[in-house]
Amino acid sequence: MKQKLVVIGAGMASGRVLEHLRERAPDQYDITLFNAEPRGNYNRIMLSPVLSGEKTYEEIVTHDDDWYAQNEITCRFGEHVVGIDRDSRTVTGENGEVSYDKLLIATGSAPFIIPVPGKDLPGVIAYRDLDDTNAMVEASARGGKAVVIGGGLLGLEAAAGLALRGMDVTVLHLMGHLMERQLDEAAGYLLKKDLEKRGIAVMTKAATKAILGEDRVEAVLLEDGTVLDADLVVMAVGIRPETRLANDAHLDVARGIEVNAQMMTSDPDVLAVGECVELDGQLFGLVAPLYDQAKVVAATLTGEEASFVPKELSTKLKVTGCDLFSAGDFAEGEGREDVVFRDPSRGVYKRLVIEGDRLVGAVMYGDTADSNWFFGLIKDGTDISDMRETLIFGPAYQGGGQSDPLSAVAALPPEAEICGCNGICKGQIVQAIEGGATDLGAVKATTKASASCGTCTGLVEQLLQVTLGDGFEMPSAQPVCGCTDLSHEDVRRLIKSQELKSQEAVWQELGWKTVNGCHTCRPAVNFYLLADWPLDYTDDPQSRFVNERNHANIQKDGTYSVMPRMWGGMTTPQELVAIAQAAEKYGATVKVTGGQRIDLLGVHKEDLPAIWADLNKAGMVSGHAYTKGLRTVKTCVGSDWCRFGTQDSTGLGIKLEKRLWGSWTPHKVKLGVSGCPRNCAEATCKDIGIVCVDSGYQIGVGGAAGMDVKEVERLVDVPTEEEAIEWTVAFVQLYRENAKYLDRAYKWLAKVGLDWVQDVLADPEERAALVARFDLSQSVYQTDPWAERARPDVAKSFQPLADFTLEAAE
Amino acid sequence: MTWTDIGAVTDVPLRGARLVKTHAGCIAVFRTAEDEVFAASNACPHKQGPLSEGIVHGQKVTCPLHNWVFDLNTGEAQGADEGRIAVYPVRIEAGRILLEISALQNRSAA
Repeated sequence: MKQKLVVIGAGMASGRVLEHLRERAPDQYDITLFNAEPRGNYNRIMLSPVLSGEKTYEEIVTHDDDWYAQNEITCRFGEHVVGIDRDSRTVTGENGEVSYDKLLIATGSAPFIIPVPGKDLPGVIAYRDLDDTNAMVEASARGGKAVVIGGGLLGLEAAAGLALRGMDVTVLHLMGHLMERQLDEAAGYLLKKDLEKRGIAVMTKAATKAILGEDRVEAVLLEDGTVLDADLVVMAVGIRPETRLANDAHLDVARGIEVNAQMMTSDPDVLAVGECVELDGQLFGLVAPLYDQAKVVAATLTGEEASFVPKELSTKLKVTGCDLFSAGDFAEGEGREDVVFRDPSRGVYKRLVIEGDRLVGAVMYGDTADSNWFFGLIKDGTDISDMRETLIFGPAYQGGGQSDPLSAVAALPPEAEICGCNGICKGQIVQAIEGGATDLGAVKATTKASASCGTCTGLVEQLLQVTLGDGFEMPSAQPVCGCTDLSHEDVRRLIKSQELKSQEAVWQELGWKTVNGCHTCRPAVNFYLLADWPLDYTDDPQSRFVNERNHANIQKDGTYSVMPRMWGGMTTPQELVAIAQAAEKYGATVKVTGGQRIDLLGVHKEDLPAIWADLNKAGMVSGHAYTKGLRTVKTCVGSDWCRFGTQDSTGLGIKLEKRLWGSWTPHKVKLGVSGCPRNCAEATCKDIGIVCVDSGYQIGVGGAAGMDVKEVERLVDVPTEEEAIEWTVAFVQLYRENAKYLDRAYKWLAKVGLDWVQDVLADPEERAALVARFDLSQSVYQTDPWAERARPDVAKSFQPLADFTLEAAE
Repeated sequence: MTWTDIGAVTDVPLRGARLVKTHAGCIAVFRTAEDEVFAASNACPHKQGPLSEGIVHGQKVTCPLHNWVFDLNTGEAQGADEGRIAVYPVRIEAGRILLEISALQNRSAA
């Protein structure tokens, strides 16, 4: 007597079960197959090519009507199952019940719909089955704009398909980089770049607030207020196991339907397979483990012994031209080591994660030819200790191979600007070299490249090396750190000419040798990016030294000093009262500084937000005594009080401080303004020192009174206060745009020469442009960091994460 | 083993750290760019610099006072510096950070 098997769901997993079952025991079961979709099994993975038009539905059908007929399977397609009764062993469909001896639940997964207003509007589509795909194809025929919510595997395939069908596509992704579960930041960056090249806009860290529209979708509103027009919205944020039937039948359900290694649920007569199951806390979304499960289900149903063991998984994106691969575990675990290889010229990124003598994870972008070899090493747990040194070059290079330190320069297009002063491109320089200019002097003489400020010298030398090969002996330039072979000047120049606007872009395009830099290069790169791209790049506190991250100076005992700004060294009784009260309240030591302000020492980190709030209340803001930025503007009392004063030096000092505060610079910047040549404000040993005289203002630059003592050199004499301010701001911006990180102004001047600076600033247009760029940057960065961090939600981060000393005391 | 929930993974900034106070001294809990967490003594063996305030790069941290670099897996100082910080078992479960605190309790009891 045949047993009765009922299968709920005709997907890829249950389809494979049926094949195995008919092969193993063709006559053991009478089979009834329910499917909510009005069709049988098709290859769901291939929906993306159907969407993009590269395949038709007919081509992806795996089991057609003939197959079901030949295998004597009773199909109830397009019929929803309403309930399972385990006591009477029946399954009830919309058209009646059927009894079973064994039941297989293969309900798959349901798309996760984010609960925002407008989610039910016509024109909002999830991407799960053929009907969704057809709906998208139909919508795309009308053209217009599509917004895809979700930058995972599914969302990106949908985006690529819609773009191929001629829609204007924007992908919104909540996380910092695309496909964050499969890719690391570096590969995510390259993927974004490739998608953007094919016209797909990508917005990361984009949280959807609402979907707008009257009768159908019209736009998507983001949390930050951005509104994106949309004729079609595809929701592809994720899937969750479809467990409603199992739940109603009181089977054990966690996130998915819980099964054992034999794929049995908590009821031994009920099995489950596919995306709806959970085994040992793990869910399954890719096809390989589902096929493994199907084998086990068939074995269990025919009374054979088999166990499902989850294996390592690999991911590939089915978007033509985006070559990426990820496998194994690169996101968690201890005791692991990274091997990174980047080839900027080919857009290649490879990262291997090694634990002990085994390869445990791999991420590749741009060149995935060897991915199966690496995947094999991961799956088999091969001992790789013998090939560790050359492993990353793949199976063909087990004899050696070397990354090329010059590849970043070699990769530049001919029109990339090398010398910013004279506007000389790579192509012109290469042409000159090929024309016989075979050393730096000759290149300077024929093209003027590197003949002005000289910061591009390193790049010109690398071009000589790339073009001439062994015919040119490279002088050894000082690289930034062990993470790169490029010098600070090279990195700055390349960030500008290649328009690199994120840390990931720098790491990849300049061939960084580490995953995310180190304590030497990361603060420098962070500064270069924010100085050159104030609107595109967001300052990264985690790439800053402790003082700049906590906005206070750490002292040797781990406490901090707090110093409010005193504009031009002027204060009021009210401010002094507030400072005195704060000092008492937080037990601070009070010190008068050389910069004409008051320092409160010995404040604990936990108290910083509170003391800042108190000082804010009295109208004071951060004095930035901890930054590579504007520190103080020291002044004398000038013509207001002094009988020798020639100009309002205090007033000018305050104006300068109000204009410059909050700006980040390569190193600290201190100013002084003296009201007469007696120079009581000691202006002539500041980074910028202004000495007032009867006829106007003498502006000196490049002074110092620290490890080195230097007198300023005269930049210019100007007759009016306005011009004094304009020249000062322009000088600061020129320094911000060109100096090496941690070079004080005098060190930078020694490299580029005062003459060059004077030449640049003498041009009124250039000066105005520098001032405009400075003001643009200030529109982002001139905010009081104390006020921002005194807010209760941010202030929390200054407290310990947990405190077990308190618990024990209770 | 006493695994104790000390907070959400997202309470610790990416490539950053937070402090946990115990009777046996302060512990720094680090989160790397890849969302891994590590726990180690907060005090640098050199001059007791607070490592939770250091720059986190790869699976390493640099002390903010004098740039000693430690591997967060082993606690070993890197390069020419010699020294070691204690490391503690820590793991992520469902978005929460679990710290194994029995070692710390024992030390405080002793």
